[in-house]
Amino acid sequence: MTRPEPSPALRRLAAVVPAGRILDGPAQLAAYESDALTAFQTRPLAIVVPETQEEVVALVRFCHAEGLPFVARGSGTSLSGGSLPVAGGIVIALNRLNRIRRIDLDQRIAVVEPGVVNSAVTAAVQAHGLHYAPDPSSQLICTIGGNVAFNAGGAHCLKYGMTSNHVLGLKAVLATGEVVEFGGASREQAGPDWTGLFVGNEGLFGVALEITLQLLPRAECFHTVLAGYATLEQAGDAVAAIVASGLLPGAIEIMEKLALEAATAAVHAEYPPGCEAVLIVELEGPREVVAADRARLDALLAASRPVEVRPARDAAERLAIWKGRKSAFSAVGRLSPDFIVQDGVVPRRRLGEALRLINGWSREMGVRCANVFHAGDGNLHPLILYDGREPGALLRAEELAGRILRMCVEMGGSITGEHGVGVEKRDYLPAMFAAEEIACLKRIRSAFDPKGIANPGKMFPEKGAPALVHAGLHPLEKAGVISRE
Amino acid sequence: MSAVLQPASVEELAAAVRSAPRVIATGAGSKPRLSMVCADAVRVSTSRLSGITEYEPSEFTFTALAGTPVREIRAALGERGQYLPFDPVLADAGSTLAGAVAAGINGPGRWRYGGLRDFILGVRLVDGEGRLLRFGGKVVKNAAGFDVPKLLVGSAGRLGVIAEMTFKVFPRPLAWRSLRLPAVDEIAKGRLLAELGRGRWELDAVESVVGDPVVFVRLGAPEAAIDALAKEIMDRFGGEILGEKEAAAWWFDAAEFRWTHPAGAWAKFPLTPSDGPAFATWVATHPGARARIGAAGNVGYVSWPVMEAAAECPWRGVLLRGNGPLWPGPRRLTAVAAAVKAALDPVGRFPGLED
Ligand SMILES: Cc1cc2nc3c(=O)[nH]c(=O)nc-3n(C[C@H](O)[C@H](O)[C@H](O)COP(=O)(O)OP(=O)(O)OC[C@H]3O[C@@H](n4cnc5c(N)ncnc54)[C@H](O)[C@@H]3O)c2cc1C
Repeated sequence: MTRPEPSPALRRLAAVVPAGRILDGPAQLAAYESDALTAFQTRPLAIVVPETQEEVVALVRFCHAEGLPFVARGSGTSLSGGSLPVAGGIVIALNRLNRIRRIDLDQRIAVVEPGVVNSAVTAAVQAHGLHYAPDPSSQLICTIGGNVAFNAGGAHCLKYGMTSNHVLGLKAVLATGEVVEFGGASREQAGPDWTGLFVGNEGLFGVALEITLQLLPRAECFHTVLAGYATLEQAGDAVAAIVASGLLPGAIEIMEKLALEAATAAVHAEYPPGCEAVLIVELEGPREVVAADRARLDALLAASRPVEVRPARDAAERLAIWKGRKSAFSAVGRLSPDFIVQDGVVPRRRLGEALRLINGWSREMGVRCANVFHAGDGNLHPLILYDGREPGALLRAEELAGRILRMCVEMGGSITGEHGVGVEKRDYLPAMFAAEEIACLKRIRSAFDPKGIANPGKMFPEKGAPALVHAGLHPLEKAGVISRE
Repeated sequence: MSAVLQPASVEELAAAVRSAPRVIATGAGSKPRLSMVCADAVRVSTSRLSGITEYEPSEFTFTALAGTPVREIRAALGERGQYLPFDPVLADAGSTLAGAVAAGINGPGRWRYGGLRDFILGVRLVDGEGRLLRFGGKVVKNAAGFDVPKLLVGSAGRLGVIAEMTFKVFPRPLAWRSLRLPAVDEIAKGRLLAELGRGRWELDAVESVVGDPVVFVRLGAPEAAIDALAKEIMDRFGGEILGEKEAAAWWFDAAEFRWTHPAGAWAKFPLTPSDGPAFATWVATHPGARARIGAAGNVGYVSWPVMEAAAECPWRGVLLRGNGPLWPGPRRLTAVAAAVKAALDPVGRFPGLED
């Protein structure tokens, strides 16, 4: 079989990196066409797989000189089309830059390359009683570089914050080719917080080469409780009571009925019968503190008219509670060939109202929707089910997703809590920001990337949407390796 | 000195910025070097732009105008059992919330949950063209758009004038204890700081005076738990519990920077615990200089008896009071910093990043 002649740009690219770093076979390109939002697909010019920071710098400088668009890519688990390739551009796959360069136990930091997988950081330090706090449920597979670009969250954001709260410094090659170092090993800074600005840039500034992460001592003790409620309102009221009490749980999560049924079927999770909603609350900290807080939490829950309260009696029962919770989305996914997950945020006090609206639209439009969410910080994760083979189904699902996003903005919240804007929600950015504000964000982007070559087409509204196609679960979800939170 | 404008609304603030070719925002003046810029700059004071505009205890968030005194915010949150865990400094000196953000300095409590940068959620700012722009959000979690609110932390009025801010707050611990732990010298102190940081106790604050053989530790926890934690720390490291009055006085002195020379220069330097001994040696070469280490060795503050700060600093820092460059120490100028400055302030209405 003969392959077409490589384009001139490709031939020049081949001179920039050592042989064997460039993938441009049809099957290889196909593997990178989508991220975890498989409804979008674009074929890039080539995939480049650098092995050193110097190679990445050379690549970016080449792209800058040529005006060639590039998309940095970690594990491609973005749920918003963030790592969707750009037609005619290259994908810089960073998975081989996966060295942990330094661990300093006294300062409690790890300096890592961007291709290091999230859970590998904790694995490297847990023997010393430390951990890396941000825990997106894709953590077994997603990379720190992707987490930094998307300011990834997880189940513990209310107390511990997002990725940006754990990145102390970073080295990056900007889209201009300039190599910068922001922040450092200290938890304090002098001057504008450039590190803070860089985190969450969605790949629009350049490529992170080395990231300094703060590590935390692992909590000594946990108290995890599952409480079932006959109505969603009661579960919501319980959350309000906990928050008003002055407790600061590590996690507060709610699962609705459809998600409960799915988790029961998928991982044999057991929930109290007759519940419309289940609340999961986890306290953590020094054992004396957890013991004291536990007494208050138990009293609050007892007063919240639950159907049943089940505290985890040991580590195995705690893990079982989390397994049900973390598998809920892929479990719901089994109920349907396709689904999209949204992650809008509403003020916590309006959670009940938001869910009533979502469920009403879901019935009215005949689109099933399962709700699992971070109740502690108002971050919804409605899972919208559809069958892509059915004409118009994807569009109806998108329509429901759009209504939910607009509702979040109208309630004073956000279109995204942790999954980023990407391609998927770029048309909703104007719902959150005025034209002058978007213009200012674009000027900031241009300061980092005057030629607009770093991940173009993402975050900012543009004419002409990439083709929407239907496709199923992320391959790793089908394999049960990761699940959606 | 040139005129001082005192806008009373965010719209007036934007108009004030547009009214002059050179502008610097000022709060209570508790970090005077930040606004000590060229004489022709018109000073825009936030003194009349004050007040909490939204406070929703159940959301763990509040929004306040730029000139709101930190003291007022602390009182309002305290009534509902909440607080800003990073302990905004200089409350007694009248420091404003926007001044705290622009200066980027945190109090002792920043050790536990992070600093200003970790609690700021959203801002309204006036850019160099006098436009009123909103970035970030008003909910505790938001990932839409670039994180401009964080960029403004430590920006010293060089990138824009803050009009309003939204912060995340936490419930306040119900009980507090303060301990004084011994550390024979700065090397032992460094080891102690590292061990305290790795422990299971979730300490609230860890501070020390450079040259004094002790470390001060504060715990915040439920009443029923706190004495057991304090006892374990003392069993392990020695030391004693401070009486309530003594503790209050020590932390007040720390957060108000009363220990600095009132008529002398004063600067902040980000550090790591292992920098401690070298930092102490460097401070000792300046007659009369006083210094403290905060956040378990992550920050050093120095005060000199004269207004002239040290000419040569081995660490990059920020000069808060005194004469000398705004950012003492080795510089890492990036082209992108200048480009972002130009994006927010194309006509150079605010002082340059290096002024
Ligand atoms: C099953 C499942 C569960 C998930 N659960 C969560 C969750 O709980 N919380 C959450 O926040 N997210 C979650 N996500 C979303 C996703 O995992 C995160 O956004 C993650 O941070 C993406 O990491 P990645 O390595 O896969 O990045 P990619 O998808 O490869 O890239 C994401 C973005 O980062 C950019 N990028 C990657 N590396 C770099 C770099 N070195 N420098 C600059 N830019 C870079 C890319 O250009 C792209 O814009 C989930 C996704 C899936 C599929």
